[in-house]
Amino acid sequence: MKLLTGNDLSSGDVVWWTGQSWSRHIGEAVDVGDRGDILAATEEAARRVNVPYVIDAQITPEGPRPAHIKDRIRALGPTVRPDLPLKPADPAAGSWVI
Amino acid sequence: MYKYDEYDASIVAARVEEFRDQVQRRLAGHLTEDQFKPLRLMNGLYLQLHAYMLRVAVPYGTLNGQQMHMLAHIARKYDRGYGHFTTRQNLQYNWIKLEDAPDILAELATVEMHAIQTSGNCIRNISSDQFAGAAADEITDPRPWAELLRQWSTFHPEFSYLPRKFKIAVIASDTDRAAMRLHDIGIQIVCNDAGALGARIYAGGGMGRTPMIAHLIKDFVPFADFVSYLEACLRVYNRHGRRDNIYKARIKILIHALGAEEYARQVEEEFHAVKALGIDPPQAEFDRIAAHFAPPPFEAGAPDTVDRSDPDFAVWLDQNVHAHKAPGYAVVTISLKPIGGIPGDASADQIDVMADLAARYSFDELRVTHAQNIVLPHVRKVDLYAVWSALREAGLAEANLDLISDIIACPGLDYCSLANARSIPLAQKISARFADPARQRDLGELKLKISGCINACGHHHAGHIGILGVDRKGTENYQLLLGGSGAEDVSLADITGPGFSEDGVVDAIERATDVYVRERTPGERFVDTYRRIGMAPFKEAIYG
Amino acid sequence: MVEFLRYRDDEAHDEPAVTLDSFFGQSNATAVRIESGEDVRALLPHLDRIALIEVSFPSFRDGRGYSTGRILREAGYQGELRAQGDVLVDQIPLMRRCGFDSFAPNAPVDADTLAAALDRYDFRYQAAADPIAPVWKRRHG
Repeated sequence: MKLLTGNDLSSGDVVWWTGQSWSRHIGEAVDVGDRGDILAATEEAARRVNVPYVIDAQITPEGPRPAHIKDRIRALGPTVRPDLPLKPADPAAGSWVI
Repeated sequence: MYKYDEYDASIVAARVEEFRDQVQRRLAGHLTEDQFKPLRLMNGLYLQLHAYMLRVAVPYGTLNGQQMHMLAHIARKYDRGYGHFTTRQNLQYNWIKLEDAPDILAELATVEMHAIQTSGNCIRNISSDQFAGAAADEITDPRPWAELLRQWSTFHPEFSYLPRKFKIAVIASDTDRAAMRLHDIGIQIVCNDAGALGARIYAGGGMGRTPMIAHLIKDFVPFADFVSYLEACLRVYNRHGRRDNIYKARIKILIHALGAEEYARQVEEEFHAVKALGIDPPQAEFDRIAAHFAPPPFEAGAPDTVDRSDPDFAVWLDQNVHAHKAPGYAVVTISLKPIGGIPGDASADQIDVMADLAARYSFDELRVTHAQNIVLPHVRKVDLYAVWSALREAGLAEANLDLISDIIACPGLDYCSLANARSIPLAQKISARFADPARQRDLGELKLKISGCINACGHHHAGHIGILGVDRKGTENYQLLLGGSGAEDVSLADITGPGFSEDGVVDAIERATDVYVRERTPGERFVDTYRRIGMAPFKEAIYG
Repeated sequence: MVEFLRYRDDEAHDEPAVTLDSFFGQSNATAVRIESGEDVRALLPHLDRIALIEVSFPSFRDGRGYSTGRILREAGYQGELRAQGDVLVDQIPLMRRCGFDSFAPNAPVDADTLAAALDRYDFRYQAAADPIAPVWKRRHG
């Protein structure tokens, strides 16, 4: 599957395209198929996202998992600060990245 | 240390308002990201993996307690309670909102701080010796020269859109604690036969994907010509540096292509044109700046002995405390490298503790080192035990300066959008593997430096042991290098061979240190043994 | 929005600028265009017969033109010095300091933004090609 991601222009938060809007949670991301580039251009022009780009991901029971480690770290947060990620209570989060 | 006058204050205040206006225009859509990027970078604002990152300048690594407290305050109010001290003596915040950035700059300005030119293709924050003004071996304090360059380079109209970034370091002793010759321009303040101070200029050094050691291009530039000469150096680079390929745009590539002699000749020619313009500040301006760096009122007759009866304290004393030029005083380096910790990170509470210690025990002065540690430059020897006790309470008394666990590491793929591999987890594993203090001390001075990509912010080329993280088909992979140095014995490290997994590289380092322990002669450091016996025995142990 | 800016009192010069090569083959040309990367010093012996020098900025990242401007002014050039190309509003104050006194940006600039940018700083640290006294001169007279 293909996901569209970027950072929020004002806060800088990592965001994922949910089909209607942007979410900080990758679990809410949807497959953008081949519409990613068009969506990216429209959303960036409207300043609803900054530097968006399309990535490859796999569908897993836990939700979408980006193919590249860089985007998995973006989705979770720095691996060296387990207190800071979006779901700090989840002990399995670290192994999801690697 | 330097205090702003009305002119400095006015310029920094205007910069805050200029950036506030630029941010507003970006948020309102009047600037595209492509247009905004160079503007925000010239104020140290990056877009990283998780958020905006703000790099605050610590000019030549010097700051006072009030400024340090401000760094802690900003970490609490606008970030997530911590900051990261960098290999260029600055501080980075990892979780900044674009909309907050102008307010942060306004708060910094209240304590004479800023983020000017901490990124971008311009002359970056000037770095220097962290022991400046305290070192027993310096011929003068290099910081007045550095402050003069800070002012000259700030918003320089000709050199704000250079081919690439430009880094300058200034030192004033034969011991190089600032990796001076790995800078675009490295300056050593020297004394000539007539007893006058001047600048010895090296150019064309740098790390990155094509590491090079700077060449001596001018033996002595008197103060009266200092700004003109640097203006000439920069103009030749601005006009002739490559702009067709970002990877070949640094001055080192130009000087490599021209040859150092030809570059020096062109600079000389340009210097003669520039010198006539009257752009050099007068001696009175140097004297005005230098007066700010007058030595603090050291107490005469401060006792020169230290009670070593606490063995833990004695270990720290031997490892983290250096000789001071004033009798009865010492230079303390606070390690930001706890075993298993994140190199260079400090919590807001720890930053406050260091600020308070500086105010109480070090004439209110602190320094940031390029090895990502903090220095209290002027501590009375009788106060060392109290300082150590307070540091220990704050988790800041690791006695590992220049040992294998005093690791330089860039933020790597945990934070940085350019990185190919994580640096920090590897640093944590290495320091855990070599955690035994006695073993570390037996291995002696061993500078280990990790970069998470080829840009080499972690100085891996200059490590006695260097590690470069690469991306091998989507998996983190680490190349091992041996034999580099960023000090006065400057050298570039050699790659051992094929790369390793994260655990594999920790094992490989252990095998390399085993070779050292087996082969060393008395008094030899790891890098000395490597230079004497060469790569082969290490390679055999690592891959054999 | 402003498409052309000129900070001179004299009559605008409307002769089209010729390339550096044709300038040397054409002894009556009085306006010349310098491409980024061309060595402006070749023009220095001829400055007294030039009324307009147009310096190309092919990309806002290409800063060679700033040196070109200063070199011309340092050599005593008094004519119009025009920055043409990818010139952004935040760059115009720097270009003014390097001696440029007219601007033909690819995209029009907002007049209010420009006015604020030009008025932003009361003091400058270093001497350049404008008459502004650097801070060190103010400090020491």
